[in-house]
Amino acid sequence: MKITLSKDKIESEGIALIERISGEDLKQCYQCGNCSGGCPVSLEMEITPSQMIRQLQLGNIEGVEEANTMWLCLGCQQCYSRCPKSVSAAKILEALRQLHLRKGEDHAEIAEMDMPLLKRGPQQAMVSAFRKFVS
Amino acid sequence: MKIPYYPGCTLNTVAKPFDESAKASAITLGFELEELSEWNCCGAGFPLTNDNIMGLAAPTKVLANARAAGETVTTLCSVCYNVLKRTNKALNDDKERKATINEFMELEYDGSLNIVHYLEILRDTVGFDKVKEAVKRPLTGIKVGAYYGCMLLRPGGEVGIDNAEAPTIIEDLLSALGCEPVDFPDKIECCGAHLAMGKTDVVERLSGKIMTSAIESGAEVIVTSCPLCQYNLDKSQEKIKSSDAGFKTVPVVYFTQLLGLALGQSEDETSLKDNQWDIRPLLAERGV
Repeated sequence: MKITLSKDKIESEGIALIERISGEDLKQCYQCGNCSGGCPVSLEMEITPSQMIRQLQLGNIEGVEEANTMWLCLGCQQCYSRCPKSVSAAKILEALRQLHLRKGEDHAEIAEMDMPLLKRGPQQAMVSAFRKFVS
Repeated sequence: MKIPYYPGCTLNTVAKPFDESAKASAITLGFELEELSEWNCCGAGFPLTNDNIMGLAAPTKVLANARAAGETVTTLCSVCYNVLKRTNKALNDDKERKATINEFMELEYDGSLNIVHYLEILRDTVGFDKVKEAVKRPLTGIKVGAYYGCMLLRPGGEVGIDNAEAPTIIEDLLSALGCEPVDFPDKIECCGAHLAMGKTDVVERLSGKIMTSAIESGAEVIVTSCPLCQYNLDKSQEKIKSSDAGFKTVPVVYFTQLLGLALGQSEDETSLKDNQWDIRPLLAERGV
């Protein structure tokens, strides 16, 4: 993949906003890949947690937005637990989700959710999913 | 000794066997879980972004109500435990945040509540040696995989029930009950959690990997302390079985169901029939 580096993109307002909401300094990541290795769901992701951080370090917010990564993150904190630099990929992915949800852009329709699960499933699954997917 | 108890949303409904077996076991072990007179859902997930104060509103209200009932609160659900403990720390780490949320919620919560998991009471207050002494029906020879998942353990520095990478608290309890704990590689992996809402294929792969890891390590039963883990592992097995003929199903029960059984509760009292994959034939086969 061809990437054009640009100071404007790397230091863009969008990147600053992601850093502010997540509370994470993207430059701290040195791409060891421990987060992606530990992530139980990285095999399902179009770009892994460490690739996501690398794309943001290069200012490529669009590339990260297009991937399913943020919507698959479970928030299980394995990435953060294993990071030698104490960077939380989970927090960065939560910030990316929040950027959508705070604009009212939902990722799921409650009306379309599985009815048997809504009736018989654990409430915590619903509350947790609504918080992650619905504004 | 009465200990204020926060059940959380799921323990009063689909995870009732977890709640009931824990309450009955507590009585046998000399303490009583006293449900908070007023409580609400914790939010079922700690808000990961620092500026999301609204996400702290529900758990802060739980903490305030619990503090009014005493200095300590206990909970069974891994997610409730995680959310309450992290919220308490988030409030204590940032006085401005604590003041803002108190003002918004019209509360006066000072951050002084002690949040302990039921497992911690067994380990630190009762003592596993005393639990062992109280066992009437040792579950001798039953090979059990302790599945921790994520919320009971991580982040280690904030939750701190045990070593976040190599926990043994559940295995230590299982040993006291006479079981043979089975260590397995995936015992701290996530089951797929809220992806149960809409992404069941992913949940089946994640939960399937965990169960296979446990079964291949010799586990005949898996125990958990999280209603969502229990649900995901339980419900995934039918589907996994239909696509993988070699997959051997495994009972997934709450650790308190085995505790209750070992302390002398009947199979009905511990609601063993409510689990999708029945553990009773195994118990009968082993004569325990």
